[in-house]
Amino acid sequence: MIQHLLDGILIGAILSLGAIGLTMVMHMLRFANFSHAELLSIGAYAALVFDKLFKVLMPVLADQIGPLSMTWALVLAIVLSMALTGASAVLFDRLVFRRVREKGEELSMVFASFGLALIVRNVIGLVFGLHTQLYSQDIVFAVVLSRDPLLLVKPDQLAALAATLAIMAALHLVLSRTTFGYALRAVAENPVLAQVNGIDLRRMIVIVWLLGGGLASLAGVFYGLSNQISPVIGRDLVLPIFAATIVGGIGSIYGAVLGGFIVGIAANLALFVLPSGYSPSVPFLIIIAVLLLRPNGLFGEART
Amino acid sequence: MIGVISYLVFFTTVASILAIAVLGLNLQWGNTGLFNGGVAAFFGAGAYGTLILGGTPQAGHLGGFGLFYPLAVLGGMAAAGVLAWIVGVATLRLRHDYLAISTFGVAVAFENVMRNAEALAGGAKGLRGFERPLRDALGDGFVYNIAFLLVVLVLLLATYLFLERLVGSPFGRLLRAIREDETAARSLGKSPARVRLTAFVTGAVIMGLAGALYGTFYAFVSPQDVLPTLTFQIWAMLIVGGAGNNRGAILGTFLIWGAWTASGWALSRFAPIEAQLYAGSIQYVLIGLVIVGMLLWRPQGLFPERLVVSQSGQG
Repeated sequence: MIQHLLDGILIGAILSLGAIGLTMVMHMLRFANFSHAELLSIGAYAALVFDKLFKVLMPVLADQIGPLSMTWALVLAIVLSMALTGASAVLFDRLVFRRVREKGEELSMVFASFGLALIVRNVIGLVFGLHTQLYSQDIVFAVVLSRDPLLLVKPDQLAALAATLAIMAALHLVLSRTTFGYALRAVAENPVLAQVNGIDLRRMIVIVWLLGGGLASLAGVFYGLSNQISPVIGRDLVLPIFAATIVGGIGSIYGAVLGGFIVGIAANLALFVLPSGYSPSVPFLIIIAVLLLRPNGLFGEART
Repeated sequence: MIGVISYLVFFTTVASILAIAVLGLNLQWGNTGLFNGGVAAFFGAGAYGTLILGGTPQAGHLGGFGLFYPLAVLGGMAAAGVLAWIVGVATLRLRHDYLAISTFGVAVAFENVMRNAEALAGGAKGLRGFERPLRDALGDGFVYNIAFLLVVLVLLLATYLFLERLVGSPFGRLLRAIREDETAARSLGKSPARVRLTAFVTGAVIMGLAGALYGTFYAFVSPQDVLPTLTFQIWAMLIVGGAGNNRGAILGTFLIWGAWTASGWALSRFAPIEAQLYAGSIQYVLIGLVIVGMLLWRPQGLFPERLVVSQSGQG
């Protein structure tokens, strides 16, 4: 029971990171972006490449950090991967979404995102192969946190959880304490009114993509660390991340954080009643339940 | 020569079955503006429903009710309709994102349940034990395939005529009115949510019919047949053909299915052995490029919707 709860929190942190970016984009640009989860794949693979590169260029960095399988090389690689993934999100917007948006076809954006997701996922498969990969070949044993009840966790997962919480706290401070944070929230709430107040909408859209891409990259790397890296990360996580945004209420960043944890924990607790083969269906059940009981999510507002 | 003809019969049969599904999607997306991200689920519900109801008894999973074939098909269509109704009731009152996400979710869940529920649908091994109707009279060969193709073509034509009449009817006008300006439609006393639900369920039932025919044709269905890929293919067909135009939808189906099978054949023929594993990935990239490319450069499709200006006294 406690073990399932812990596993749920660990996967929940990953879903939260993915959902923050998705909920901002969905709110500001008003479309369900099915290609958002592919940013996780891009992030995971970009970090893999940078990690290998750093280890070759600077062997000093190849040492493990304490009990983790993570190395300093990987930490640096994560930073670069966040920047690269953010940049690819901006690029996708330039190449596809902005052009469809300017034609005024709101619903076509969803179509475009599906097409884009298909392209990105399969190009990754073509470039990196369809097999799974790992950041480190060293076996890291799970640490026994307690014997009764038995509680096992990998050090990497705890580090990832701590990093996620730290980043969320930082994001909270930025959103609540800085002018930039106010501007971001203003744009999310009412783009037209925000523009009247001198906020550059185009710039904010770029920033939201950068931020969303960066957090998605982090989520992808953490997922790769606790599971494995494969081209289908995006395909497997797209529905849970959507579920997190819907639980939290589309547009609510705090809702997305909470939604991620709720979906992660619920999916793990569902293992008590459902055989594990059915876990891909759980996010759908959560979505339908939320839509029937509380259609605007925990923190969302009604909008048509 | 007979080889070429029987291949053409095979190709036309599958393409016509898919065209029926594309017509169903056209009612939802083209005429009503409803985004269905889970075509595969409704198609699959039709196939599974028909095969479970009309199959012979099998050890290990449900089914084998051996129902009279047309009844089994109706049952499959009803299964697709019920699935659409559940999703529709939960989402159609809400902003359109929710429908897109939920339909996508229902397809994921449907495939997942079919893959795992051995007792319900044979699990990953698929559903066997279905006897194709009239097999005793027509045998298993070329004659049967020709006869089946004729049945499919008749049903495609019937679906086409039904939808053309529907779109031309006051109900069709209402669909377009809601698609273009929901507030205006509501101010005229119409109920957009209910009309949308009707269109969504009708479209799904048509997809169910396509699935039923598909299952009948192969006398087999497995989770492999209801992967999200099917949804993408059917969309590409509609977008290329032209959303809102039923004839365009059918032409788009034949074009895209032709391109899909041709590219699959070319890859298996000319790609080196070690690249064969990746042939599927290449095809998916191509279909993604078709979808995105059409949206960017020709969003109205090759055969755009002909806008009807309805006036009193006209159709």
